[in-house]
Parts: sequence; structure tokens; C-alpha cells
Amino acid sequence: MKFAVIVFPGSNSDQDAFHATGAVLGEQAALVWHKDTDLGGADAVILPGGFAHGDYLRTGAIARFSPIMPAVSTFAGRGGPVLGICNGFQVLLEAGLLPGAMVRNRDIKFISRLVPVRVEATDTPFTRACVAGQVLRMPIAHGEGNYFADPDEVASLERNRQVVFRYVDDRGHTSAGANPNGSVNAIAGICNTGRNVVGLMPHPERACEPWMGSADGRVVLQSVVRAYADGVVARRAALIR
Amino acid sequence: MRARVYVTLKPSVFDPQGRVVADALQTLGYDDVRDVRQGKFFEVELDAIDRGVAEARVAEMAAKLLANPVIESYRVEVL
Repeated sequence: MKFAVIVFPGSNSDQDAFHATGAVLGEQAALVWHKDTDLGGADAVILPGGFAHGDYLRTGAIARFSPIMPAVSTFAGRGGPVLGICNGFQVLLEAGLLPGAMVRNRDIKFISRLVPVRVEATDTPFTRACVAGQVLRMPIAHGEGNYFADPDEVASLERNRQVVFRYVDDRGHTSAGANPNGSVNAIAGICNTGRNVVGLMPHPERACEPWMGSADGRVVLQSVVRAYADGVVARRAALIR
Repeated sequence: MRARVYVTLKPSVFDPQGRVVADALQTLGYDDVRDVRQGKFFEVELDAIDRGVAEARVAEMAAKLLANPVIESYRVEVL
């Protein structure tokens, strides 16, 4: 299958995502400049981590107006799998492709460390190869990963099982101490109601080979390959085309 | 014409930066400080003759870009 990794000025995890999907998974991967207007026939789109447009104004606020974003929206609207990692998640929030917003980490500090995250839903293209409740160790590296949504929105996310990843302790339990940034309900990642757009703060592409300190993130990227092989992604995209 | 836009976090959103500033002020001896909320301030210069039109335009800019309606509210002032 073919991955498109969007490159914004200020992206810094684009090469990591390119390496993870291309060299590690052995799939086709292409870097797509933010000024392009088409995705080059990609089967899955990744919005990588970094500081798109310097994160001026707000994280992701300027990136959402990049020329490539209408193509990403259309692709997402057709059911195409879209993964936003860290800054890519922030861009998806600003673009309205996912609900909610990010505010500064509870303790102000930029946090860069490996954290355990629990898979809460396996019926998304990016968690299909996971086991429900599986704990993945992946690195976070952000200053604004404190997920916020108003109480009605949070209730709706929980009710619709749109919380895909949650910060937990090593034993897989949620606790105040296991929530690194103050995110509401310890939310680390969510999906849209169509379940094809997923955003998460941890970096699966930086934890996909043992030498990286963890290879747990590989299953996230492997999931969409499986979804594609199983025809779930293609079927869905074909339906709406 | 010049317009000013004040963007602030909604009261329901915790403001960690404001909290730190409040703590710092209290450390400096300003014991009367109860809370600080940090926001953003924009001055927008624009070609406009009509104040009403200018205000509507700037409010549109604030809603579209300057503020994120999920967490922030804004106030526009035309000078």
C-alpha cells in the first residue's frame, strides 16, 4: 500500500514516519509537500510531528490552511485512513477533522519520555492489529498535549468509543500520576465518528524498532496495512468514490 | 483603520501559564493576587472606511483564525 507523509515547514518527524512506513514496514511511502494539492494516489495519509509553521499563533493553526489540507479533508471524508501524530494531531484538531483542542501541559514543561498507553478501541484502521486493553510503550515529546474538550463533547467521545488511546501506568491502569500532561480523562488519542481519522500525541513511528527503545508503536502502523490487506480500507473508499 | 482583538481562554479551560504567573507574583509578595489569566492581544491595521464593516471583518478574522472557539473567546474593538 502507499503512504503519503505530509511535510509542513517545521515538520520534524516526517522522515521518521517515512522511515517507519517505508524501510520498517516495507510499504511504499512518499513525502508530500504541504503546497501540493493532491495526495498522489495514497491509500493512507500521515500528518507527522513537529512544529508546522513554527506553531505560530496556536499549534496547527496555520497548517490547517496549507494547500494540501483540502485534499486531506476530501480523503478523510471518503473514509480514507488518516493518522495525525503529535503536531499532526494538533493540525487535525484545528482543521476540525477531530473534535477538541490542545492547551499547554498541566505542568507547563515540555515532556519528552517513553509512556505507557492503553489501546481502548481496536475498530479503527490504526488499531486493528492491536488487542483491546493492550499497553503500548511509545514516546511523547510535546509542550501542548493537554487535550481539552467541553464536558458534553467528552461524554460524547466516551459514549461513541472515540477514545482510542489513554495514558496509563505500567500495569495498564489510569491514575493521576500516569497522566503526563493533564489531558481530560487521560486521553492520548481519539478518532472521528467515522473512525477512519485518528490522532494521538505519542509517536508510534519513533517506537517501531527495538533499537529505538521500544518497538510497540509498530503495531499502530501495521494495523492500517492489515486493514488495507483485509480490504476494509479499499472497500470503504470504493463505496464513496 | 485599526482594530484590537483580545483573545482569552474560556473560563472553563484551565490556564497553566496564568497559574504560574500568579504563583510568581505571589512569590514576589503580591499576596493580594488571586488569579491570573493569560491571553493574546492583536492589533490589526486594515483598509476600511466604515467602522461597522471593519468590526464585522475583524470579528470574522478572529473567529476563523485568531481564536480557537473550542477553548477561547474574543472581543473586537475598532479604534
